[in-house]
Amino acid sequence: MHNFEFVKPSSVADAVAALANGEAQPLSGGQTLIPSMKARLNAPEVLVSLTGIAEMQGVSRDGGALEVGAATTHATVALEAASHFPGLAGLAGQIGDPAVRARGTIGGSIANNDPSACYPAAVLGTVATIVTDRREIAADDFFQGMFTTALDEGEFITKVRFPIPEASSYAKFLQPASRFALTGVFVAKYASGVRVAVTGASEDGVFRWAEAEAALSSNFDAEAVAGLSVPADGMISDLHGTSEYRAHLVRVMTQRAVRAAS
Amino acid sequence: MPKDDGIGASVKRREDTRFLTGNGRYTDDINLRGQTYVHFLRSDVAHGKINGIDTSAAEAMPGVLKIFTSADFESAGGIPCGWQVTDKHGQPMQEPKHPILAEGKVRHVGDPIAAVVAETYEQARDAAEAIDLDIEELEPVVDMVKALEDGAPKVHDDLTSNLCYDWGFVEENKDAVNEAFGKAAHVVSLELTNNRLVANPMEPRVAVGDYDPWGDTHTLYTTSQNPHVIRLLMGAFVLSIPEHKLRVVAPDVGGGFGSKIYHYAEEAFCTYAAKVIKRPVKWTSTRSEAFISDAHGRDHKTKIELALDADHNFMAIRTETYANMGAYLSTFAPSIPTWLHGTLMAGNYKTPLIYVNVKAVFTNTVPVDAYRGAGRPEATFQIERLVDKAARELGVDPVELRRKNFIKPEEFPYQTPVAVVYDTGNYHATMDKMLELADYANFEARRAESAKNGKLRGFGIAHYIEACGIAPSNLVGQLGARAGLYESASVRVNATGSISVYTGSHSHGQGHETTFAQVVADMIGVDANSIEIHHGDTSNTPMGMGTYGSRSLAVGGSAIVRATNKVIDKAKKIAAHLLEAAPEDIELKDGKFSVAGTDKSVDWSGVTLAAYVPHNYPLEDLEPGLEETAFYDPSNFTYPSGAYGCEIELDPETGKIDILRFIAADDFGNIVNPMIVEGQVHGGLAQGIGQALLENCVYDENGQLLSGSYMDYAMPRADDVRGFTVDHSCVTPCTHNPLGVKGCGEAGAIGSPPAVVNAAIDALHRAGHTHVKHIDMPLTPSRVWAAMNG
Amino acid sequence: MPKVMMKVNGAEAAADVEGRTLLSTYLRDLIGLTGTHVGCDTSQCGACVVLVDGQPVKSCTAFAADLEGAEVTTVEGMTNPDGSLGVIQKAFQDYHGLQCGFCTPGMVMSTAALLAENPKPSEEEIRHYLEGNICRCTGYQNIVRAVMAASGQDAGALAAE
Repeated sequence: MHNFEFVKPSSVADAVAALANGEAQPLSGGQTLIPSMKARLNAPEVLVSLTGIAEMQGVSRDGGALEVGAATTHATVALEAASHFPGLAGLAGQIGDPAVRARGTIGGSIANNDPSACYPAAVLGTVATIVTDRREIAADDFFQGMFTTALDEGEFITKVRFPIPEASSYAKFLQPASRFALTGVFVAKYASGVRVAVTGASEDGVFRWAEAEAALSSNFDAEAVAGLSVPADGMISDLHGTSEYRAHLVRVMTQRAVRAAS
Repeated sequence: MPKDDGIGASVKRREDTRFLTGNGRYTDDINLRGQTYVHFLRSDVAHGKINGIDTSAAEAMPGVLKIFTSADFESAGGIPCGWQVTDKHGQPMQEPKHPILAEGKVRHVGDPIAAVVAETYEQARDAAEAIDLDIEELEPVVDMVKALEDGAPKVHDDLTSNLCYDWGFVEENKDAVNEAFGKAAHVVSLELTNNRLVANPMEPRVAVGDYDPWGDTHTLYTTSQNPHVIRLLMGAFVLSIPEHKLRVVAPDVGGGFGSKIYHYAEEAFCTYAAKVIKRPVKWTSTRSEAFISDAHGRDHKTKIELALDADHNFMAIRTETYANMGAYLSTFAPSIPTWLHGTLMAGNYKTPLIYVNVKAVFTNTVPVDAYRGAGRPEATFQIERLVDKAARELGVDPVELRRKNFIKPEEFPYQTPVAVVYDTGNYHATMDKMLELADYANFEARRAESAKNGKLRGFGIAHYIEACGIAPSNLVGQLGARAGLYESASVRVNATGSISVYTGSHSHGQGHETTFAQVVADMIGVDANSIEIHHGDTSNTPMGMGTYGSRSLAVGGSAIVRATNKVIDKAKKIAAHLLEAAPEDIELKDGKFSVAGTDKSVDWSGVTLAAYVPHNYPLEDLEPGLEETAFYDPSNFTYPSGAYGCEIELDPETGKIDILRFIAADDFGNIVNPMIVEGQVHGGLAQGIGQALLENCVYDENGQLLSGSYMDYAMPRADDVRGFTVDHSCVTPCTHNPLGVKGCGEAGAIGSPPAVVNAAIDALHRAGHTHVKHIDMPLTPSRVWAAMNG
Repeated sequence: MPKVMMKVNGAEAAADVEGRTLLSTYLRDLIGLTGTHVGCDTSQCGACVVLVDGQPVKSCTAFAADLEGAEVTTVEGMTNPDGSLGVIQKAFQDYHGLQCGFCTPGMVMSTAALLAENPKPSEEEIRHYLEGNICRCTGYQNIVRAVMAASGQDAGALAAE
């Protein structure tokens, strides 16, 4: 890979300063960024590691919400969120493999917005708020198509605030090579209604399945979506599955998530 | 009971100690003083004309020592092909030049165009980005059938077409085969694909070239399964370096599975460039580079037909296969779809008439060559899928149809209609053993249990035969091999009795250092720990042919037996002198020589010391010393066989198949180390199951590799395979090698793919999805779901 | 170039690194511990797994500069104090859990991480935990047996299904 200057600030303020340079990029675990740098698809001049910032670490309960520092690893979320928000912990525990979970972070995953990543489904599937170094962004506004988010140049996520649902679950159908989601569905039940977010399936990245949300909001039962389907048009078609298959999996995984959450 | 470290004992592997403590020495662990690094600039288009390569800016980059292009290799030969196939008209195959660096055209994504040598690897890579390439993209040919159509773009402009050869076997039988089909009561046919695979040993390839002006000698350290073959091919045909000036070392090698048999351009480059640069040159492949530069495997498209009479006896088989060669002929590529495939088309059955047609095709893809099993998995897959389909169409039990047509134990040796003679086997026994271990009788109860949980359970059967112990040199010479296929061994007994064995069979996971020591320990009766096995260095080992085709024990082990017998014969003469007896009265047992019928004896070290300190020694009749070399050239192939049973559960909602159990009942002849044999079968099964369910090397229509990394090429993981039961209690020893062994390295990969696919079809049919006749590998959930709902 | 110090297998290590120097490069090329292997470039194969502060980490997907002061354990650090094979290493040898040895360092280190977290894992837990370590030789069954044995469990108790 191309060489770069490595910076490891210990506060958000220092990170903001380091990232003010337009050639700088944040590094938050690097489980996707480092392979892409090896392939020379990404060549920052300055890399700002966010994992040394104490205020961006850890899981904490704030009333009905769970706040997760952006530099918290998947392994930590899997462990520390389990008693508060088992759906989120379960999702974090299914990302990659143990070594990836020991380095990869929630902030890095969400900021990258890989169309097959797991975390975007949890963020969109709750009414999560993404807190950055400069503002708060609602989940519905954050994801803007594959590998695209509402983050501005130099802006980075400091924490994610999840309203804890009454019940939730993530059902992931594994892409056997990459261990990303071939299709993954996060279902969260709130008093105000049910949210269903789908990753891995759409060419536009993570999306909410509105029909299923409506059906499940009136009857939170897997059978409520049995007759529903998403159109294959716009679904990803690749070596691992056709668009028709992914559209089918959206329904199957939604039902499985509902069953596991019930 | 076997001697605790002799033949038949599950001796723990000695090589493990270094591997488990981080003390292995793989090629990438070798760093020479003053070493430089090379990065190959590779084509990112499948087919193109090179109009210009401007290296001037790159040459000025930091650390760059030299940039090589094809112009630097005008005096060098192309990478040679080791096998010439003759087509059905008696004409030799079309054989294009395979240059070290692309000449005039690039022919596949990954074809090396230029090589940058620099002080560091990153500098070399940085500079490669600054090379200005002018490549005019040409329309590629990727699909084999389209490649043979009139007007298709040609991969090689100097060849008449993209057809390498059109092979018929046995051509003289063709009419009789067609006649049999005309008379058949039933004809069953199947069109199938044997999916393209990438071998993927976990250690990527590495080459380090070194030149020593002191003796004008070249050394190449390389990740090879057969260093002597590399020395011969590279020295004689590419770089014109005689063997005595060229040393090739293959140290610890992290797996091969066929992909490290071949001589690759990077090896020749590093060897050559080290002399030009006057410093060692190292190349370490990345995994991404491996996907576009290691030879691939399989990639056949076949139509196969079976003719049966009214009693369901097999009458004839005919096939038409397209075999992908890729853009150039890799070392053994032409032999795989022909002599390692066509000769196995009888399977385990008495099919009197067989005709095999193979069209080998050039395409704008990476060269294709042997991958674990090599031709034999392709043959087995066709036969065992077709027999299963026949049973289904005829409404008979697939076990019974096989048993009815099996060659019977009393019919060996058995001459097949496809040239080979099976020496021994007992297919009824392996089938019975497999069904017993699988508890086949109670399958229906297990299926009902799965059905209660909404899952479809299926059981698939396959019976395979393979030709191993490759191979009789005079025979393969007639078939077009440009090398012999013997093996060598030197047994050097040291003065105090310890033994150094030098073998041409390279070990890259198979455990030769342990197994071969067991053989020698058993023969002489000494402690195996007093025996060291050396391999992998052409400077200390006689010409050897290396490790592939499940040949190491059958051929390399036989050479060791021969050399050890020579040692024992001489040692007995020395002992006879010491004991004042006739050599024919000397017996060797448990490391002690004694005179038959007396209590006079001398132990092993007494004799070896006498050989090197010959004070009391028959010098007038016998030279001092105790060291012997032997070569062994087999008189026939060996024919391992076995019955495989696979039990699966299929999730009808997603199409996902889970392996529940896999039973392998193999006949490998005699066994030296059962633990190692079991491990070899496990590994083969995982690769075969990987082919059946997960692995697929896929190009798009532009010749871009879609499965170019582990992000898309699905390797079997620990949670993808399970439930292996391996048995090798059915033994019909090989009749023509001294150990009676057959070889076990490839069996798992050969027998398992049809068992898995048969199990999936079985599950679907039992659940009423009878419209599904076949699903091409890999049986991904998406494909299974589509077939069910198609 | 900045100097990065770590404690590797209990000993102080220091080497000058570039920003892009990976932990695997630091271990293999800068301090000479070639037991850690690199088998891919997409963070999939796990041959390079080492323990960093007790956690399994793919050393090819972490920058040395990001690990100043870390405690690193590699396969070289898994032997007993007298140099004999440690419990996990011995179990891999006893149950033939390795063939070519290339993935083995990562397997041993992932096993160490698993057993630290779950001292008596079931077969399913072992298979699931090792999903990030690819072995092309063994078919995994003997690796699973070795992990069972290393955790003091009956290695013969693998389920037939």
